[in-house]
Amino acid sequence: MEFVYFLIETAIKVIVVFAVVMLAVAYMTWVERKVLGHIQVRYGPNRVGPYGLLQPIADGIKAFFKEEVIPEKADKVVYVMAPAIPLVASLSIFSVIPFGETVRILGREVKLCIADVDIGLLFVFAMASLGEYGIVLGGWSSYNKYGLMGALRAAAQMVSYEIALGITVLGILMLSGTLNLSEIVRQQIEGHWFVLYQPFAFILFLICMFAEINRTPFDMPEAESELACGYNIEYSSMKFAMFFMAEYAHLLAASSLVTVLFLGGWDGPWLPPGLSWVWFVVKVGLLAFFAVWVRGTYPRLRYDQIMKLGWKILIPLALANVLFTGLFMVV
Amino acid sequence: MIWPLIKGLGVTIRRFFSGPVTVQYPEERRSVSPRWRGIHYFEATEDGDTRCVACGLCVAICPPKAIRLVAVEREDGSRYPEIYELDAIRCIYCGLCEEVCPVDAIKLSRIYNVVGSSRSELKWDKKRLLERRLEKEAVG
Repeated sequence: MEFVYFLIETAIKVIVVFAVVMLAVAYMTWVERKVLGHIQVRYGPNRVGPYGLLQPIADGIKAFFKEEVIPEKADKVVYVMAPAIPLVASLSIFSVIPFGETVRILGREVKLCIADVDIGLLFVFAMASLGEYGIVLGGWSSYNKYGLMGALRAAAQMVSYEIALGITVLGILMLSGTLNLSEIVRQQIEGHWFVLYQPFAFILFLICMFAEINRTPFDMPEAESELACGYNIEYSSMKFAMFFMAEYAHLLAASSLVTVLFLGGWDGPWLPPGLSWVWFVVKVGLLAFFAVWVRGTYPRLRYDQIMKLGWKILIPLALANVLFTGLFMVV
Repeated sequence: MIWPLIKGLGVTIRRFFSGPVTVQYPEERRSVSPRWRGIHYFEATEDGDTRCVACGLCVAICPPKAIRLVAVEREDGSRYPEIYELDAIRCIYCGLCEEVCPVDAIKLSRIYNVVGSSRSELKWDKKRLLERRLEKEAVG
């Protein structure tokens, strides 16, 4: 009987998380356009519904009815498969992210996390880099020089920033001694948020995160002005929309990860344990806003500058952070 | 190296809160300058006919030759335009016709949003020019 309850509970959690994330992804496009608009002293979308709130729905319908074009010389199987990879990868990150205190519903202890696994962080990193494969394959298989350039850049960027990202997280792992994300949050609730112990790692992680999710100022794989959209240049209709959704889902996943690792997850004052997830949502929302804010502020780095920043600055700094964390732990 | 980046973030967040300056065109309209030279209209006499005496000065001065005039003489010797046709596509809106007109019959309004789906639609005849006298206050 317990097993059946477990299945029901997990199914409900999966559906709720999936629905909330997909809704958040849809409205992230609205937030992005609105915030960018206001940064540029204009309105952003405001025609569909009040404050343009129905814009994501209109965009979805439009994408759905658009013509599907597959280039004649494209590698059809890979071409069709590619958009699904980043979307699935970035959505599955949410399966290990704990978003609230354990609550009691109908006499059952329900952990607000779909799968509270001990290798949570490892899983997140595995999935985050898997998402990049969709971009590489999509750009490569579409038989287009800009697509190929975008794919190459995505691959190079992934290689150089994944290392710095991994090393940055080492500092957190040394402090917490566990890969379990719920456990990491619990330690922060009992002690202090890790951002206080690792402010340097926090900034490095944010920078690497932007590179990892291919956002401005590191959006090399799509670089509109030089690559004419890069890896997704040949994609149309829902396949393009899937790349787009994957990008925003990845942004939200990365924000959730920063929240869990550095900002104490669902930790926050005033709210009862049953509503602790509100703090999580607020923190993720602020980080997502910050990502849009950064996009509205900085120009794109040149390709060689990105490589230089990754290899010559971020990796040494991340290593230094690990060194000093170790020294402080010993002393 | 870091400080300019933070300053940049400061600039954008100030703009974020300063509010848009967009003029929402179909609902809001920018008013044009009082001396704006838009599409032409005819000033009318008391009985609603054009004040034009078909002297032909506007035709003579018009740099792109956008005006076509066929003048007719009445029995009492006064002239009036049988056909007065102004090609809005040819016109360069210099306003010389307005300046040269001895009876202030043709004037330039402040209407700037003129559209048409064919070339012939944008040839304003006498009737249309007189009608626009009433429309001219609606815009700008």
